[in-house]
Amino acid sequence: MKWRLIEMEATIALAGNPNSGKTCLFNELTGARQHVGNYPGVTVEKKEGRYSRDGHTMHIVDLPGTYSLTAYSVEEVVTRDFLVNERPAVVINIVDASNLERNLYLTVQFLEMGVSVAVALNMIDVAKKRGIDIDTEKLSLLLGAPVIPTIARAGQGKDVLMKAAVDIAQGESPRTALKVSYGDDIDSALIEMEAAITADGFLTDIYPARWTALKYMENDDQILAKGTRHNPAVSAQLEDIARRVSDHVQKTLNTYPEAIIADYRYGYISAILKQGVITHGDTRDRLYTSDKIDRIVTNRFAGPLIMIGVLTGLYHLTFTYSEIPVGWCETIFDWLGRTASAHLPDSLLQSLVVSGIIDGVGGVLGFVPLIMFMFFGIALLEDSGYLARVAFMLDRVFRIFGLHGSSVMAYIVSGGIAGGCAVPGVMATRTLKSRRERLATLLTVPFMNCGAKLPVFALLIAAFFAENETLMMLIITLVSWLGALLIAKLLRSTIIKGAAMPFVMELPPYRIPTFKGLAIHTWERTWQYIKKAGTVILGVSVILWAMMTFPVPPDSRLQEFETQRMAVMAAADAKTVRNLEKAEAGAVLSRDAVTLRERLAAIDSREAEAALRNSLAGRTGIILESVSKWAGFDWRTNIALIGGFAAKEVVISTLGTAYSLGKVDPKTPGSLSDTLAETPGWSPLVALSLIVFTIFYAPCIVTVVMIIKESGSWKWGVFSIAFNTLIAFILAVTIFQIGSVLGL
Amino acid sequence: MKENQMGTIAEIKIGGELGRRIRDMGLVPGTEVKVLGRAPLNDPVALRVRGFTLTLRNNEADFIEMEID
Repeated sequence: MKWRLIEMEATIALAGNPNSGKTCLFNELTGARQHVGNYPGVTVEKKEGRYSRDGHTMHIVDLPGTYSLTAYSVEEVVTRDFLVNERPAVVINIVDASNLERNLYLTVQFLEMGVSVAVALNMIDVAKKRGIDIDTEKLSLLLGAPVIPTIARAGQGKDVLMKAAVDIAQGESPRTALKVSYGDDIDSALIEMEAAITADGFLTDIYPARWTALKYMENDDQILAKGTRHNPAVSAQLEDIARRVSDHVQKTLNTYPEAIIADYRYGYISAILKQGVITHGDTRDRLYTSDKIDRIVTNRFAGPLIMIGVLTGLYHLTFTYSEIPVGWCETIFDWLGRTASAHLPDSLLQSLVVSGIIDGVGGVLGFVPLIMFMFFGIALLEDSGYLARVAFMLDRVFRIFGLHGSSVMAYIVSGGIAGGCAVPGVMATRTLKSRRERLATLLTVPFMNCGAKLPVFALLIAAFFAENETLMMLIITLVSWLGALLIAKLLRSTIIKGAAMPFVMELPPYRIPTFKGLAIHTWERTWQYIKKAGTVILGVSVILWAMMTFPVPPDSRLQEFETQRMAVMAAADAKTVRNLEKAEAGAVLSRDAVTLRERLAAIDSREAEAALRNSLAGRTGIILESVSKWAGFDWRTNIALIGGFAAKEVVISTLGTAYSLGKVDPKTPGSLSDTLAETPGWSPLVALSLIVFTIFYAPCIVTVVMIIKESGSWKWGVFSIAFNTLIAFILAVTIFQIGSVLGL
Repeated sequence: MKENQMGTIAEIKIGGELGRRIRDMGLVPGTEVKVLGRAPLNDPVALRVRGFTLTLRNNEADFIEMEID
């Protein structure tokens, strides 16, 4: 039949508690055909995919994991709004069979909303192992919704489940909302409210009347606001009834309506389960395997030691193994750069392509393998359940600074153990569910010592503190941790003020993550990094290249260098010049030819320095000198720091150019550190001031982009540039001025 | 409450967001709770409720009135 072809695809939503295996089922259903985006206006991930079987294709949306449908968390609001606005044909509610009571709490709320639900009774194997036996038919009968046992990790039961979902989707009769009794006080008020709601048609096009009444009773901000906009008079009337009941139950029972509602809802669930739905073996009080592991892993003494071991171990694995593919990436971009140099005429275009585009984009994409390893590591800790334990163990410490136990992961990834990267660090804050703590964390992770800052420190230490290398590195690490935590505290007591979000967190049972889950998880985040960083960095690289290239020095100045080159060439004898010209072809150079080449290179370097000084970046650096001299920085340092905004590695290569050293390899900056040590105006004090400035000043552009993306507002990106630079400057000036007074 | 101690919830003496979260997780009057342990720095505390493990900060747990078995 032809019309079938244009039939609309049914939308099926997956909903359930966190850790119920929802994402796992989603991966099983959709495979690699997924699309990850964000819900409009919030930073909650929206995953969509397609499932097709027997000629039916369905659009599947993975809703965020929630425990309830109140309006307290973004996840809950997103879930609710999706159900109301998108009206999915069916909601597949994944419930953890080994944890049925609490999981059904959400199910009951879906049923009260009048949503068509198919229940996936997941992890039925785990439940069996725990001696829990569930009568699915009875449960289905009592809930009034199909219940299908599944083992999502193994893909078991998914086809039966989808068939049930399709049956509901194709069924015509809309389901009636479930009515749970909440006791006389509330029930009679609900009836009164329902009458008022139905009489007015108050929001009845979107919500069942009883549900709206219930939300007024629960004092639900979102519905109250919606109601007031819709019809202030009716809304006020409903609020009056709710207030009356609230006063009454507070007086007579010393409790709140919402407490009674939760109480009765759980009572309703217990009543269902007691009708022979669930039978426990004699293992109720037995310690689960997970508990046994926790006895050791979160033990007062062994716990912290194991944690240090796991985190450093993961970290070392990540960095050791990613070095090889990062090397491949570098080789590819080097080759691209050389090929472009060889095929493009020596011109501004060549400089743009090689120094601007290939170096800039290569610098970011070269990091991709590292980022992938990092995300894989995080996914492993997250999916296995260990991350929740880390949060549990460290919460007491981080809470002092207005953060959350889960903040630690982001700090460590960013370079808490020197050498990470703030970009995955910022993305790792996603594991934090509390908004303010998350914002404070993502704004302070850039203070950690990422791998790109390390060469800068290494250079300055080698030049000025060579005898205390290890001690200095330790001090730098401590300074950045202390700084980050104190600044987090500062932010949390000023601009991100507000009480701590409730910690109330589930410690999920330990699970061995599936490789498929890990792979999808890792790839998703890596791809987001490539997409965001790859596009933005291209623009910024070109702008920075232009800043450091234009305006070109006047012809007369360029002519001077050309004249110098001619003079050097003329002074050398013809044989040496020919010898040098053949060098490209692999000829062995005579000693004279080597000297000649060095002289020419020295002129080139001086020319590069002159060009840099004359450029917009150079001029800015010179103008800034009047301010930066308070921290002990000259214009050369200023340019390098401006360059460091693109990527911190650029600091060293730019310093090299500014000091007429030609190209300096960040990995072996020996000549540069010698030069700095000998240059007047540099001293250990200046070096110290610069080290502190480098720790704290504006994050690199990729990090800023990620901050904007993860915080959901460009304002926080701008804030982090301005605020961090200000803090860095104040600290650097303080150090330099005090040191100068003390005569260091 | 001490480690491994069991009890029954008598009352949850808080409303608002924290109260809602606590209740959503199944901590309502009459529920059996067992203290599984505490974090190395003595806070937060891990509880066994309705067959799963829940952690709360000590100051959050203070609102839960218990009858100890």
